[in-house]
Amino acid sequence: MTITRQQVLQLYTSDSAFDSNVVAWAFHDGTDGQGPGLPDRGDKPPYITGVDALRDGWNLLQMSQLLPPTPGRQHRVSYLPYEFLLERSVEVERAVEPNESDVRHIA
Amino acid sequence: MASPKLLSTLDVAHFLTNGFLRFDAVVPAEINDAALAEMADLKPFGAYKTNDPLRPQSGTPLSACYPADSALRQMLETPEVAGAILSLAGPDPLYDHHAIHFLPAGSTYQQHLHCDAAIDSNDPAFDIQVFYFPHDVAEGAGGTRFVPGSHLRNIHENSVARYQHIAGEKFFSGEAGTVLIFHSGMWHAGRANPSEVDRRMFKIRLNPSEPQVRHWDTSNYDDVVHGDWDHIFATIAPGQSVAQELRQPHAWSFDGEYRLEVMERVRIFRYMAGDTNFDVDWYHTRIDRHRANAEQAGR
Repeated sequence: MTITRQQVLQLYTSDSAFDSNVVAWAFHDGTDGQGPGLPDRGDKPPYITGVDALRDGWNLLQMSQLLPPTPGRQHRVSYLPYEFLLERSVEVERAVEPNESDVRHIA
Repeated sequence: MASPKLLSTLDVAHFLTNGFLRFDAVVPAEINDAALAEMADLKPFGAYKTNDPLRPQSGTPLSACYPADSALRQMLETPEVAGAILSLAGPDPLYDHHAIHFLPAGSTYQQHLHCDAAIDSNDPAFDIQVFYFPHDVAEGAGGTRFVPGSHLRNIHENSVARYQHIAGEKFFSGEAGTVLIFHSGMWHAGRANPSEVDRRMFKIRLNPSEPQVRHWDTSNYDDVVHGDWDHIFATIAPGQSVAQELRQPHAWSFDGEYRLEVMERVRIFRYMAGDTNFDVDWYHTRIDRHRANAEQAGR
């Protein structure tokens, strides 16, 4: 008997178009390695554009809004503005017990 | 103490574009060895002690920090390091804090991407942080992660933690005695240490004690700084120039917000050069003229 677990992929692109170049990414794997990983392109992003991720089986859930610049701060830069959230469901053989992450955060 | 080796105007522009300068193996081996011994006696970050004999009070002029025979003092007086501090932060900046980052061999501890301290103001003034690596850090051994060009992004601390990977990011490796000078806004993170060698790094944050205006070697300033006419869609100044340095894109920010990045760099260079008319590619000039015209019309 298999169970379903989710993999999540965040892509950040060079402009607001989903088919522009991927410039940053994050991957969270609810299968704990039982499911497929990302394409290995060395230190380059796993997909050239967001559309390439669709072709590899990812589903697009959400894209960031285009928000008007804040008056008085029109020329400041901040977070990466073009964020796309993708997911795919993967059938796995066994559930993974939640455990304490060894990633700790400090300022 | 040898004379500080001041930065050039192009070095300053390079710093404003990338958010850091790197000085490879500039600290002599005997100072590195002595610094490691000193650092072993200091508590690592996250385990402060109040009687640390080398920890000054915040606000102390740098010249009054650390005994003259301290290896950390000697490291800070290395001509390249002292020259970069003077050029970017001005004379005798103030001690903000220091931290010893210690990761034993095999440690899996790692930080999320972050920017130190709280969100900064809109002022163009900035702090610098000196990252000193007193021993070799091999490639792949988990040296500090940082994102060139991220320093002018207005963000708060760990709010950038979600960016696991960014194109063009760097992972420090280098020889003993290498120093990185960071703009205080640089996104960075400590990483796990998969090597078989304990890793120590010393960081000190410095606050300018006066405006950061023209403290570098400005002897060729007029050769590399041109008027606001230096515009990539009109007339572009030939040869090496501050404008050319400030135009350099980064792998993660080359399209949607590239021009805003250039504007930010120009804003800081205007402050550091004391030149409110300086521009690259007409972005500020255009807006300044709109504003002047509107004000003249009473709007």
